Amino acid sequence: MRKWLPWLLWAGCALWLASSMREHRGPLDIEGAGRLPVLAGGRVKPMDTVARTSLLILHGKQSLEISKTETVSAMEWLLEVMAKPGDSNARRFLRIDNPDVLGLMGLQQTREKYFSFEQLKPHIEEIERQAKLADPVESGQRSLFQTNILKLYNQLHLYQRLKNTLQVEDSPDLPSEIALYEKSAPAGMQAVREREAGRKFDEKDFGLFLEFADRYRYLSQTSYAMVIPPPQSSTKPLEWMNMGEGLLRTVNTGHLDSTVALYADLVAAHRNSDNTRFKQATTQLRSQFRAAIPHELSRTDFEFSFNRLQPFYKSMVLYVAAFVLILFSWLVDSKGLNRIAFHLLLIALVIHTFGLVARMYIQGRPPVTNLYSSAIFVGWGAVVLGMILEKIHRNGIGAITAATLGFLTLLVAHNLAADGDTMEMLRAVLDTNYWLATHVVVVTLGYASTFLAGFLALVYIIRRFFHRLDERTAQSLGGMVYGILCFATLFSFVGTVLGGIWADQSWGRFWGWDPKENGALIIVLWNALTLHARWGGMIRERGLIVMAVFGNIVTSFSWFGVNMLGVGLHSYGFIDKAFYWLALFVLSQLAMMALAFYTAPLAQKRPSRGAA
Amino acid sequence: MLIDRIFKIFTSLKLTVICLGFGIVLVFVGTLAQVHMGIHAVQEEYFGAFLVYWKPAGANWKIPVLPGGYLLGIILLLNLLAAHIFRFQWAWKKSGIFLTHLGVLLLIVGGFLSGLLSVESQMPLDMGQTKNYSEDPLAVELVLVDTSHPDYDEVVAIPQHFLGSEKNIQHPRLPFRLNIEKYYPNSKLAMRQPGTDAAAAATQDIGINVQATEIPRATQVNQQDIVSALVEIVTPEKSLGTWLVSSGLGKDQIFSTEGKTWHIGIRQARYYKPYSIQLLNFSHDLYPGTDIPKNFSSRVRVVNPSFKEDREVLIYMNHPLRYAGETYYQASFANNDKTSILQVMRNPGWLTPYFACSLVGLGLLVQFSIHLTSFIRRRKA
Repeated sequence: MRKWLPWLLWAGCALWLASSMREHRGPLDIEGAGRLPVLAGGRVKPMDTVARTSLLILHGKQSLEISKTETVSAMEWLLEVMAKPGDSNARRFLRIDNPDVLGLMGLQQTREKYFSFEQLKPHIEEIERQAKLADPVESGQRSLFQTNILKLYNQLHLYQRLKNTLQVEDSPDLPSEIALYEKSAPAGMQAVREREAGRKFDEKDFGLFLEFADRYRYLSQTSYAMVIPPPQSSTKPLEWMNMGEGLLRTVNTGHLDSTVALYADLVAAHRNSDNTRFKQATTQLRSQFRAAIPHELSRTDFEFSFNRLQPFYKSMVLYVAAFVLILFSWLVDSKGLNRIAFHLLLIALVIHTFGLVARMYIQGRPPVTNLYSSAIFVGWGAVVLGMILEKIHRNGIGAITAATLGFLTLLVAHNLAADGDTMEMLRAVLDTNYWLATHVVVVTLGYASTFLAGFLALVYIIRRFFHRLDERTAQSLGGMVYGILCFATLFSFVGTVLGGIWADQSWGRFWGWDPKENGALIIVLWNALTLHARWGGMIRERGLIVMAVFGNIVTSFSWFGVNMLGVGLHSYGFIDKAFYWLALFVLSQLAMMALAFYTAPLAQKRPSRGAA
Repeated sequence: MLIDRIFKIFTSLKLTVICLGFGIVLVFVGTLAQVHMGIHAVQEEYFGAFLVYWKPAGANWKIPVLPGGYLLGIILLLNLLAAHIFRFQWAWKKSGIFLTHLGVLLLIVGGFLSGLLSVESQMPLDMGQTKNYSEDPLAVELVLVDTSHPDYDEVVAIPQHFLGSEKNIQHPRLPFRLNIEKYYPNSKLAMRQPGTDAAAAATQDIGINVQATEIPRATQVNQQDIVSALVEIVTPEKSLGTWLVSSGLGKDQIFSTEGKTWHIGIRQARYYKPYSIQLLNFSHDLYPGTDIPKNFSSRVRVVNPSFKEDREVLIYMNHPLRYAGETYYQASFANNDKTSILQVMRNPGWLTPYFACSLVGLGLLVQFSIHLTSFIRRRKA
């Protein structure tokens, strides 16, 4: 292989990453708006994250195709929702898949999956009624229709809140509206005081003031994100205010909050497509935030770049490329291709690691905090272990397993992300970095290593089936599976026990036979059983391989299956669609186990010159 | 020889593998069964049992289908001991295995001990309230309180299992006999509909208007059985009548005999303590702008006269109070954040899993490091 080839590869990938960070070329300063920090869902994040997660919940994607030729970014869409709700109401972006939900509104299921708010508007009362009927039913007992009508109801609720984030949605011109409010407030307050004292008061002033107060109270209750940071002197960093609260406060302070005024400008500038004014508003907001909340601002800027980079998506692409290359290198017996694949894999791992660390920095948490991040971490752990194996054996086996697991786990993560913000806040009992960093990380490494052993075993079965396994490779694969299983036993045991100790600290019992605990225990027992059977000579190489594949089923049950049962203290996240995928995975693994019993003779020739 | 063969079986690795296999099946089936049976029933019938039975709905026979947790634990324990006594030979390169097995041994024994010795109860406290007892959330007791003495009450508490097993209860401190006419492990209480319902089985007080109907026992973690009973009170001379008592009735019922006033009722079983705990404040913090809970905490005052102790403690998530052999956890809350519910655990063996697990973790690490170094040495050679 030519010396410069790996360097070219690294440079090419760097260029590819840099190109995705390129600035948007539109008429408005969308990036400036996307970088503005807001507080939503309990944490400070860039507006861009609000846009992406909201569009993901409503539309299923992070961008919106508005015509055959034009696609808008999540941030462009959100700005339209907040500033021009009339236009946004007419856009078809709400994804509805369930035929019964469509039928409720007299709509037929066609190829069109997306609907506009205007289409749904006549049926809102009925949707609300159905949602109220479905809500008291426990999530595990709900019918498909009930689940979906509740989903739609929550989507509409979110959309409504987004529209009423910066202004009450029917506002014709926000700056002049709030200017009138500011001007009339003193007289209005005077009238209120006179009335309370039982004196004569100006009914017109009083009426106008009441109208504004009602209007902004509504805004303060519906507003989705808090946009006004606490003043620099504040001791409570999370005491943000939303637009409505900011407007109501004018009564006490006597003047309009400058952030409120700037956001009003932003809305008006967007409405009039006035780029200069828009840019001015974002720049001024930014300099205010830099003074008031410098740390949050640098963090949200980082998160903005992280959103743009989409590191996990890029790693996925590279994992697939590496996988294909290794397969090809086996077919044509090329050591050079194998090396390139190794470098690709290394680049993918670097990006994957960057994404993982970036999330830790943004959240200020250990790597695993929910199901989504566990998928990312399982993949990461498996890829690291697989790369170590590849470094030792240099036969492409560790690498292909790493690439497969890296891709599959990131795919799982990608599908789990559809629920919205993947960095949501942690419920009380989970709010402990100590146990998240120990128990959760170790038990997740246990999943990763058990999967790695299982996927190495799959390589064994497939290569043997295609007569591409010689005796030496078979032996080395058997050794890898055994070694990784030893690690898996250690990790899953220690992780499970640490979980027990956490439970003892927080619930008062070391072990409560809760489904999640049982799932972890089954992995430990299965790994122990496999190792004992091997030590006792009850199974040999093939037996070990078959049992390692079954380990995949055991681990997937523990990881996802128990969450579908919906009982016990641990079931925080219930997922139903994933059930079919889990069943499919289990079936595929059973099929592979059966395939292992088809005894193909071992290959005479070594299949690859690269095999050691 | 038969004894030799038994020895051989008990020292064999095959037995280990079989037990682990049954263990996996048991845990798996037990986990699925929780969906319908609830976690407590599964613990009793699967993990804390010698045999797991299968019983078709409505049948009055059952057949054993799986070894239960206790049986598997005992066999594994014997297997492990026998293997170490009769088969294993000590060698430094097996030191990890020895450590691991010692840890597993301790874990199984500790598990049995904590199953036998640990007592779980709850202490719900209203703001400002002081209590010197905790309550068993799963068991009730029938209490009869003599309130005629001006300085103290005399309480006779009859544990729940007597209600189910005994027809007649004669307690030395009671001047009458209790005749348990009917016992409902779980029940539904409803107002009696005159004319449509059958005649009342109770003849006194609330039972004349309220009737209990038996329902299946609760299976969900957050559900509680409402235990009821029909109790006839019989003095040596005559029957005083039949009372309906239930844990679902808010207050006790009162009757008098031989110049003394008695309260009768069913309440959650109580564990009294030589100290008291008062709830000073309960707080329930949310993340700003959301309804995701961030923290629950109870500020309590512990007063123990015998140790001259009177201090304040904060109990919050993952930070329980360990006091006098018991541990108090922030478990729940009720009543619009005005009531804090503390979980109270008495488990004398709570430290054993910590030791056991350190031993197993260390053992595995040692053993696999030995494997790894020999693997690397072989590769280099």
